[in-house]
Amino acid sequence: MTLTTKALLKSLWVFHLSTGSCNNCDIEVLDCLTPRHDVERFGIKLAGSIRHADVLLVTGSCNRKSAALLQKLYKEAPQPCFVVAIGECSLSRGIFIHSYNCPQPLDALVPVSAYIPGCPPKPEAIISGVLKLIRKVKGKR
Amino acid sequence: MDVLFTGLYVLVFPGFLTILVLGFFSSWIERKVTARVQYRKGPPLLQPVYDVVKLLGKETILPKRGNPFVFAAAPLLGLASSSIVAVMLMIQPLVASSFVGDLIVVVYLLTLPSLALVIGGAASGNPLASQGVSREIKLMLGYELPFLIVVALAVYKAGFRIDLEGLSGASAPLSVSGVIAFIIALFCVQAKLGFPPFDVAEAETEIMSGTYIEYSGPLLAVFKITQAVLLFTLPVFLITVFWGGIRFVGLDIFWFALKYVVILVLIIVIKNTNPRIRIDQALKFFWGFCAGAAAAAFGLAVAGNVFGIAWL
Repeated sequence: MTLTTKALLKSLWVFHLSTGSCNNCDIEVLDCLTPRHDVERFGIKLAGSIRHADVLLVTGSCNRKSAALLQKLYKEAPQPCFVVAIGECSLSRGIFIHSYNCPQPLDALVPVSAYIPGCPPKPEAIISGVLKLIRKVKGKR
Repeated sequence: MDVLFTGLYVLVFPGFLTILVLGFFSSWIERKVTARVQYRKGPPLLQPVYDVVKLLGKETILPKRGNPFVFAAAPLLGLASSSIVAVMLMIQPLVASSFVGDLIVVVYLLTLPSLALVIGGAASGNPLASQGVSREIKLMLGYELPFLIVVALAVYKAGFRIDLEGLSGASAPLSVSGVIAFIIALFCVQAKLGFPPFDVAEAETEIMSGTYIEYSGPLLAVFKITQAVLLFTLPVFLITVFWGGIRFVGLDIFWFALKYVVILVLIIVIKNTNPRIRIDQALKFFWGFCAGAAAAAFGLAVAGNVFGIAWL
């Protein structure tokens, strides 16, 4: 594992994208930044622009309009950039699986590194998902 | 030997390397105190180093529609000017190397990091960045006026000395005008650092980091280093000009550290207790309240000098 990868795992800046979620997962993501859970102690913080991000947090069911934007945004991110799917909708489209409006799941659109199930997932589940992502990258490289 | 020592002064102590370490340390203090104010635990000590090392390993994306050359050169301009200021401020008490007019050089160089932001943001060709650029220029116009008035006040009180040695030797903080000047300068420093309530140019929530929006990888790392260096340099500038100067002898080192920590904590507390203000409010604040108070302080200083009242 190179030095920059080591540093990367200690300072994951996340960019938070909702592809048509009901906002419940988004609230849980923001919960992780509150004093009770405080993910900044792991170096995780919200980035304002996708160019600063290391992790793309995706919530929601990837509907027709936002799927194209999601792919564009993934191309705009500087590599290495990991995609984390949060919530049932972004994992499997949830209750919208038979909807005309959600033709493809997230991992058919962009490569996904970690999945965090739940409707919505607890903040603890999101933190443990990020830790799993870190372990996965450590093992892979 | 002289060349060797000059090289050591510039690159190691009190030059770039020391300032880098102290800047990272201050930026850690900033994040940690912010976290403690919000009842959080906060990041570990090496977090600023992790951030920068990580950014050095990321991909650099140059804008297609902007000017890639200027885009890449702007952060280096900011880093170079802020480190030169830091070295000038730190080397003056060490080897008493001060020349007439170095205060003017320092004041000019302190505007360059903001100017680098303006140039870099404008070269990125992003509409949100240009929004941030416009705000940064207005903010600069705003805070430079009271800043120059209070610096002129310090020069006046030091008996028209425009070298750092004369200023740090003669500045009298224990006077009404001196205290007002220090407070106004603190507000200007807050705006120079781009901290809330004056972070309109890089408002993350409304214009997505504004001027920084297109920066990624090593270029963003250079901006982060510049911010860390500025977070060290600007309080040192305040101490040199408005609060009795710096001397690296005996107990004075302790006093310098104490003053530095007090200023840093003041900046962090202002940062954490104020919401972002709009650019027109910032302009009104600087041109109205700050410039007025600075001019009044200048009047007090002149009156004190003419009538021989020391505490004015």
